[in-house]
Amino acid sequence: MTYLAKPKFHHPALPKNALGYTHRDYEGAVSTLCAGCGHDSITAAIIQACFELAIEPHRVAKISGIGCSSKTPTYMLGNSHGFNSVHGRMPSILTGANLANRDLIYLGISGDGDSASIGLGQFAHCLRRGVNMVYIVENNGVYGLTKGQFSATADRGSKSKRGFINTDNSIDLVAMALQLGASFVARSFSGDKQQLVPIIKAAIAHRGAAFIDVISPCVAFNNHVGSTKSFDFVREHNEAVNRLDFISTRMPIEISYEPGTVEIVEQHDGSKLALRKLAADYDVHDRTAALGFLQQHAAKGQIVTGLLYVEKDAKDLHAHLRTVDKPLNALDEKDLCPGEKALEAINASLR
Amino acid sequence: MKNTDIAAPDYFHKVIDCQWACPAHTPVPEYIRLIAARRYSDAYMINWWSNVFPGILGRTCDRPCEPACRRMRVETEPVAICRLKRVAADYKDDIRARLPKPAARKNGRRIALVGGGPASLTVARDLAPLGYHCVIFDQDPQAGGMIRTQIPKFRLPDSVIDEECGYILDLGVEFRGGQRIDSMKALLAEGWDAVFVGCGAPRGRDLDIPGRREAAAHIHIGIDWLSSISFGHVNAIGRRVVVLGGGNTAMDCCRSARRLGGEEVHVVVRSGFDEMKASPWEKEDAMHEGIPIHNYLVPKHFTHDNGRLTGVTFEKVKAEYDSRGRRRLVPSGEPDQHFPCDDVLVAIGQENAFPWIERDIGIEFDQWGMPKVDPRTMASTHPKVFFGGDAAFGPKNIIWAVAHGHEAAISIDKLLNGEDINDRPAPAVEMISQKMGIHEWSYKNEVVLDQRYKVPLRDKVVALKDIKAEVELGFDETLAFQEAGRCLNCDVQTVFTSSLCIECDACVDICPMDCITFTQNGDEAELRGRLNAPATNLSQDLYVQDGLKTGRVMVKDEDVCLHCGLCAERCPTGAWDMQKFLLEMTYAGNSCRPQRRSAA
Ligand SMILES: Cc1cc2nc3c(=O)[nH]c(=O)nc-3n(C[C@H](O)[C@H](O)[C@H](O)COP(=O)(O)OP(=O)(O)OC[C@H]3O[C@@H](n4cnc5c(N)ncnc54)[C@H](O)[C@@H]3O)c2cc1C
Ligand SMILES: Cc1ncc(C[n+]2csc(CCOP(=O)(O)OP(=O)(O)O)c2C)c(N)n1
Ligand code: SF4
Ligand code: SF4
Ligand code: SF4
Ligand SMILES: [Mg+2]
Repeated sequence: MTYLAKPKFHHPALPKNALGYTHRDYEGAVSTLCAGCGHDSITAAIIQACFELAIEPHRVAKISGIGCSSKTPTYMLGNSHGFNSVHGRMPSILTGANLANRDLIYLGISGDGDSASIGLGQFAHCLRRGVNMVYIVENNGVYGLTKGQFSATADRGSKSKRGFINTDNSIDLVAMALQLGASFVARSFSGDKQQLVPIIKAAIAHRGAAFIDVISPCVAFNNHVGSTKSFDFVREHNEAVNRLDFISTRMPIEISYEPGTVEIVEQHDGSKLALRKLAADYDVHDRTAALGFLQQHAAKGQIVTGLLYVEKDAKDLHAHLRTVDKPLNALDEKDLCPGEKALEAINASLR
Repeated sequence: MKNTDIAAPDYFHKVIDCQWACPAHTPVPEYIRLIAARRYSDAYMINWWSNVFPGILGRTCDRPCEPACRRMRVETEPVAICRLKRVAADYKDDIRARLPKPAARKNGRRIALVGGGPASLTVARDLAPLGYHCVIFDQDPQAGGMIRTQIPKFRLPDSVIDEECGYILDLGVEFRGGQRIDSMKALLAEGWDAVFVGCGAPRGRDLDIPGRREAAAHIHIGIDWLSSISFGHVNAIGRRVVVLGGGNTAMDCCRSARRLGGEEVHVVVRSGFDEMKASPWEKEDAMHEGIPIHNYLVPKHFTHDNGRLTGVTFEKVKAEYDSRGRRRLVPSGEPDQHFPCDDVLVAIGQENAFPWIERDIGIEFDQWGMPKVDPRTMASTHPKVFFGGDAAFGPKNIIWAVAHGHEAAISIDKLLNGEDINDRPAPAVEMISQKMGIHEWSYKNEVVLDQRYKVPLRDKVVALKDIKAEVELGFDETLAFQEAGRCLNCDVQTVFTSSLCIECDACVDICPMDCITFTQNGDEAELRGRLNAPATNLSQDLYVQDGLKTGRVMVKDEDVCLHCGLCAERCPTGAWDMQKFLLEMTYAGNSCRPQRRSAA
């Protein structure tokens, strides 16, 4: 929590993006989260990703539920659309908004409590429908806002700040997302922006349901010894399968890679993901293998991070439902009232 | 890069750009905060200890601090450091009780000081309270040197000079006015324990071109003419005046001429307007008073008629640069330009002259006739003789004269205590955390965009009628408070403790200036290029600390840090703290004794 306003001053040599904005132009109100909260770093990573992609802020809709994590949309992209919904209901609001206006970039920001506890059902259905969005869970293993109760992602055997041991099994949202058909699945860490920023950029460029689980230590209630979501624990047990460079359609590939070390994945919009493999046999296109890999490492107490799965020819909800190409607010009277003949044709098809 | 040693007194001192740039190292942000708190007397005393002449300097200082001000690197205009100093002097209470007392017991040592300008006065101020018997000789009747004889009264009233020279003379310093020293040999023979030469650079350069002798009656050497005004010998000048030269003296000459009957006053300089030696604000003041400045004109000859000056003819030139970037002025080929006038003031430079120092008494001079002086100790080649002010290295300014004076006083004190004058103890340093509570800091850290406030001026018509009417009225208390709020408190330092850092990035994310980076170490040049914002200002240091769990280093670019304290406010572990750095300069007396407590 900070009472000071962040000064308007910025570094005189700040780089500008194609729109002429600096990264400061993508900020929101000053954060009221605890000093040192991992969520603030994720906010900074989203800001950096949107800046680097030169996204027009008014083309973004930030939608969230309830929790410290769900408060963060206020602290980013001050000139975007936003909706702070009720606890666990971000996915349905996002789905609705997306159906109404398919032209916006949808950022769903949620917490582990918001998505894995109260909102588990919403989480599941939104992913299985393939809503075109970036769904980010800021995962700290606790209900931060309500003072640190274990959430459903807390590992069995991990210790709360007051000394209780969690006896429930944990939900691995990444594993669920893979199973539910998300077409882009990644895990990262709030303390590693070099990994996180390119993943967010790639997810924004992805058409389809992109899910990112970001481990984000709660410095107030879950950063002690015995926690499996603390800075120290995550740093010690982090197993990155790959490192990603995001190459947008505008950029030529300048970076030269040693042959065999890098896999280039092309996305539907022409952007490319250059994946530097760290785990030699890991295949980002194999959903079932990914699930197995995750579980083997989880059993060893390791946290697998990186881009874990991406579907080459992903399709989204609009494609499945064969909706109109235009956002609903762009349809004029002629589109909406196609006339008697059209109505008759429809009625006839239903007889 | 190696870990930054923040215990070295210079490290954080350099971060306080103004204090570092000030030759006397005045603790600027400290006194500005006191002004904002309306503690004018405290602000005055801080200045008095450092720069001896706060009221005088608050009106006249060359202000090397202002171009250095951090505010210039993040906004456009520096804090009005100099004019805030005047505020302290204007609004203080009677501070005489807070000044040192004349020494209760003299130590039996006698020091002769030649010249009664700021350099000698500073030496005397530092030494007299220690018991030294200081005797100042000046050919002029009153103390102050060029402060009194050259600087026009409309910039610096006599009352301010009297007050601040008085504080020094009241310390038991003996001032022998009207007494010129004509022989150093004779002076040394009088058995002084040490001699300080603060005789300034008293000779104005002349311009020997055709017509100079014939029209001599109306061609005046600038500094002689200004001192004649100050002594009351001159009180009028012709209607049309040409001032030759582009330095401070030229600016004072033209503005004085405007007040003594000069209606059409023109300043003419050889080189370009931007290369003039006068400070930008001096040029502005002159132009504000309706004085045009003409450039790229080289004086060719004075025109005259029957021994009466009629004008000056100039050759038009242009600047040309050779392959090594050196500038040359070459004729532009255009016809000569003639400026008709009644008087000419020649203000093309000042020179040193030491006709009274014999060359065979152990004081060595160089090929340009300047004494050989050690810039650290101010010692000459004669063990008992020290130089300072304009006499040491040629004409500079008041604040340099003061800085020299402090150093010379230390040397004299050490010499007469049997110590090595080359052993100069480092200044003492104190660091105090400014944290008062979770979100409370003991300084105003809300940084806002705010343009520099203008000092109110006396109405031009009124000001031009009276050469003694001070033009600048000084900030009132409200303006002073607002201007003081622009100071970024660069003395409140960001201090980092690696062992506390959990590498959460909170400081990196909040820093408005992108100053902080956690990254792999590297050598400086390479590291500078890959920070969150490239650190291109090589005159500003990188603060590097290792000892982090991930093996990375914390690198902070000091260049554009606003000292807003947001990093410390956001750090969950207190790894960043905002600590006030107070530098205690070494002066003559206890603080310059050897084996003093170490810095920090
Ligand atoms: C026109 C003009 C305007 C200036 N304006 C400014 C300004 O605005 N701000 C600024 O910082 N600086 C200004 N300066 C420069 C400043 O005045 C000098 O740098 C400063 O006064 C030097 O101090 P000093 O102690 O070395 O010697 P001075 O101030 O020059 O004093 C030397 C004294 O020694 C006396 N003296 C010399 N020889 C002998 C002798 N043999 N025996 C006895 N007495 C002797 C002289 O009469 C004089 O009083 C200005 C200079 C001029 C000429
Ligand atoms: C319907 C409903 N039930 C319960 C709550 C109380 N509540 C507020 S935040 C929260 C948990 C938030 O946890 P998480 O999503 O992990 O966010 P964090 O604060 O950890 O970032 C709960 C249970 C609520 N606001 N609304
Ligand atoms: S309680 Fe935890 S999650 Fe919430 S703001 Fe504080 S550190 Fe962040
Ligand atoms: S004080 Fe800290 S947050 Fe503020 S500009 Fe300096 S480094 Fe950045
Ligand atoms: S905020 Fe504090 S603990 Fe966090 S990275 Fe910065 S210095 Fe380290
Ligand atoms: Mg949580």
